[in-house]
Amino acid sequence: MELILSTLINGLSLGGIYAMIALGYTMVYGIAKMLNFAHGDIIMVGGYVIYVFMAFHNPLLAILMAVVFCVLLGITIEKVAYKPLRGASPLAVLITAIGVSYLLQSLAQIIFGSANKMVTVYDFGSVKFLGVTVQVSALVTLAVTVVVMTALTLFVKYTRLGRAMIAVSEDKGAAQLMGINVDGIITITFAIGSALAALAGLFYLLKAPSISSTLGAMPGIKAFTAAVIGGIGSIPGAMLGGILLGVVESISYKITAIAPYTDAIEFSILIIILLVRPTGFLGKKRREKV
Amino acid sequence: MAGYILETKDLGISFGGLKAAQNVNIRIKKNQIYGLIGPNGAGKTTIFNLLTGVYKPTTGTFFLDGEELCGLSQEKINHKGIARTFQNIRLFNNMTVVRNVMVGLHDQPQFKCTVAETLFRLPRHFKTEKDMRERAKELLRIFDLEEERNNLACNLPYGKQRKLEIARALATNPKLLLLDEPAAGMNPHETEDLEKTIHFIRDHFDMTILLIEHDMKFVSGLCDEVTVLNFGTVLAEGDTKTALRDPEVIKAYIGG
Repeated sequence: MELILSTLINGLSLGGIYAMIALGYTMVYGIAKMLNFAHGDIIMVGGYVIYVFMAFHNPLLAILMAVVFCVLLGITIEKVAYKPLRGASPLAVLITAIGVSYLLQSLAQIIFGSANKMVTVYDFGSVKFLGVTVQVSALVTLAVTVVVMTALTLFVKYTRLGRAMIAVSEDKGAAQLMGINVDGIITITFAIGSALAALAGLFYLLKAPSISSTLGAMPGIKAFTAAVIGGIGSIPGAMLGGILLGVVESISYKITAIAPYTDAIEFSILIIILLVRPTGFLGKKRREKV
Repeated sequence: MAGYILETKDLGISFGGLKAAQNVNIRIKKNQIYGLIGPNGAGKTTIFNLLTGVYKPTTGTFFLDGEELCGLSQEKINHKGIARTFQNIRLFNNMTVVRNVMVGLHDQPQFKCTVAETLFRLPRHFKTEKDMRERAKELLRIFDLEEERNNLACNLPYGKQRKLEIARALATNPKLLLLDEPAAGMNPHETEDLEKTIHFIRDHFDMTILLIEHDMKFVSGLCDEVTVLNFGTVLAEGDTKTALRDPEVIKAYIGG
């Protein structure tokens, strides 16, 4: 019982991180219709910014700076690398995104070296829950993710800007002809996605206080998997997919106790789900009119 | 220039070697319902795309109410007062009817509120949201769509989708409304209904309307003046009845 509970809680907190990253992926994909493969590396950048500003021993300052820096970085990347390619083939944009990803990783390695840096942001301690020791940071991660997901859903549904975002995601051309500044909307989307990535970076450091330049690579791919499982473009879908993936990872790790197998299991699940439901759990089915 | 709501001067565009439109001069007076007709491929929709900034012209320019809009981006041209519908309906299909119209209201200054107001859910945020919804409902009422306001746009029957597109375009508060084949795919009863609606829009919104249409009965019933295009050039223009009797126009339509 205790084993099950601790595995579950572990999975939920890991899932919270994946969900946070997946939300960023799904927002950018849903609105700008592009896979931003550099999204995972923004997490890494967020982590390093926290590392740098923790020199002042003020976690709140560090988090704030990480969010601000990542938002500016996200907007810059969009303006410099992706915007000139608007209207180009999706493949060109995808390749560019991969290029940006390597650029960020290499820059981080040049600046901070290849050795892992250690940084403790804040120690929340742990609590006993039904006989299981639970890291409070895991609960914080989960709670923040749920709040962010709810806020995003409300934002998209009930605000003028959110409605414009959906309109852009449905038909960029028509939205523009209705007077919507499409470039502006895409910029805002990237800003939101990058802010979420910065938070994900924070959660990573809360979980394991060590950063390297490739910190974001694997979680990025897993969160992408989560977004696809949930139905890419869907905000609750990203949450669902992230949590599911986290729990699966935690369970399969407990069973096999060998890390590489857990990845194999996760991606097998992705393949099976895509065979059964190509649009993911909450993705929209596209019916073509004949 | 005075007195014309829309004036194009030698408007033209080439795609590679193909001259899709050349030397098109159209003058539309305020409150006119003006027709743009011609056989398939004559360049009618191309003109709409030029007037809304989708294409940038290779030659010429155009003025709305005396202001040169040529070269502005699509959303700027919309802000200046040109709105349109599409030949192949382009609604936001997975949004509800009322939200489609609210997207049209997006950039109306009276509905804007700051990011802070939205973030902190200040009263003004709720007020502008409510005002927008009310305004959208008003527009839907005109088109008899109020009952369907919470349905997804894609679930509306064809004729109503066309009407919703007009409502959404009107929401952007234009000076000139461009309708691309508004009667396409409608049955005779719906067409008659649409004729009344277009007259109503002209009178109620003090609107000027430029429309593309193939249904000649519809055009002669609605439009005071037309421009007839063929192979991208103006074949005839002026009073609708006279233009439609022009032998060149008849030849272009029937061939020979």
